[in-house]
Amino acid sequence: MQWDWGAVADFMPHFWDGLLVTLQALVLGSLIAFALGLVWALLMRTPSRFVRWPVGVVTEFIRNTPLLVQLFFLFYVLPEWNLTFAALTTGVVAIGLHYSTYTMQVYRAGIEAVPAGQWEAATALNLPLRRTWTAVILPQAVRRVVPALGNYVISMLKDTPMLMAITVLDMLGEARLFAQQNFQFTEPLTVIGVAFILISYLASVLLRTLERRLVR
Amino acid sequence: MTSGLWELVLAGIWITIQLLVLSALLATAVSFGVGIARTHRLWIVRFLAGFYTEVFRGTSALIMIFWVFFVLPPAFGWQLVPLWAGTLALGLTYGAYGAEIVRGALNSVDPAQREGGIALSFTPWQRLRLILLPQAVPEMIPPFSNLLIELLKGTALVSVMGMGDLAFSGNLVRLALQESAGIYTYILLIYFVIAFLLTRVMRGLERRLKAGVGRAGAAGKPGPTPEQELRRPETTGVAAGGGV
Repeated sequence: MQWDWGAVADFMPHFWDGLLVTLQALVLGSLIAFALGLVWALLMRTPSRFVRWPVGVVTEFIRNTPLLVQLFFLFYVLPEWNLTFAALTTGVVAIGLHYSTYTMQVYRAGIEAVPAGQWEAATALNLPLRRTWTAVILPQAVRRVVPALGNYVISMLKDTPMLMAITVLDMLGEARLFAQQNFQFTEPLTVIGVAFILISYLASVLLRTLERRLVR
Repeated sequence: MTSGLWELVLAGIWITIQLLVLSALLATAVSFGVGIARTHRLWIVRFLAGFYTEVFRGTSALIMIFWVFFVLPPAFGWQLVPLWAGTLALGLTYGAYGAEIVRGALNSVDPAQREGGIALSFTPWQRLRLILLPQAVPEMIPPFSNLLIELLKGTALVSVMGMGDLAFSGNLVRLALQESAGIYTYILLIYFVIAFLLTRVMRGLERRLKAGVGRAGAAGKPGPTPEQELRRPETTGVAAGGGV
């Protein structure tokens, strides 16, 4: 096994470009997942089962099918319907949508963990429904779910390499391009592998600190 | 779609199922090996097992697949058949997630049970085999069931390497027909049906195992309780999901 530090040095500029794209996809995807997950969770609490049932089926479907095939679906099918987006946009939407079906369960758990007395107090104070949610329930629920949401950000990070399959030049995309142009696979792939381990380890340490602070 | 194209999809389903079964077996072996090693009394064994889980959970499954396909052959001078390379990458990665499940379930067994084993002068191996595992294994089934679904979704990744699995057959049909909405809908539906069947099988297994240790009533609850959902240790997406 020969290891060529020159190839690592040549790859580094591409690595930083890829890292930027990966982080972009991660941040935007997380925002979509957080927002859409809350929407799903709230829709699942509406009294009408004509809302709950379709939302339940759709989210269950998205959660149990591979993100990779969903990416292909959005990437190849949307243009057939005359909706053309940049590859990165498609990827961000797909990742956000996929993970919103996970965050939805976290929000649901957070809402259910709010003690029943809070609901009863809101009823006793004659608060309208909207204010019950925005002033009483959600502030308490969101505080509890932050650590669990953070876990999903880390697993989203590990799914961003899939964007490579729809031509996005994220870290893996850059590594593959570099490898094919220079016939050096070992160095770029190892560099991004180590980078992923470091980033996700740091993120999980950060998350545990955050968790200790919030739970206290 | 012509029957020839359907045969392509059927061949894809077969590859996906083979890959799923093989990598699930490898992942189970790794989970139990590494998970039990993490409760070992020697710190060096615990440390090595912990290092393994951090490394393999830290990296992405797709990067592992690239690594096994492109870095291992020149580094060691031998090349694996694609099916085995995919099995190796997926089994090692998902085994690291499974090791956390095994460790958590072993640690959640009442400490008095272990102490009882010591008092009866069981060897560590007897304690594990006769006392800890029979009580811990039923607790592992729901998270393992979710992990199995994640693994099924993970098998789609090998299509990036040109292995002819279900996702890859979808690409071939798209190229043949120049039309994508229909075939990708079918592919997603097939994955969903496989996932649905797997959850059913795992739920049946859970019920049987729980009946074996006299906890029949607790089986088959749909999804984790709110408390479990929020207290889940360092998840990486694997324990979510729940009942179809």
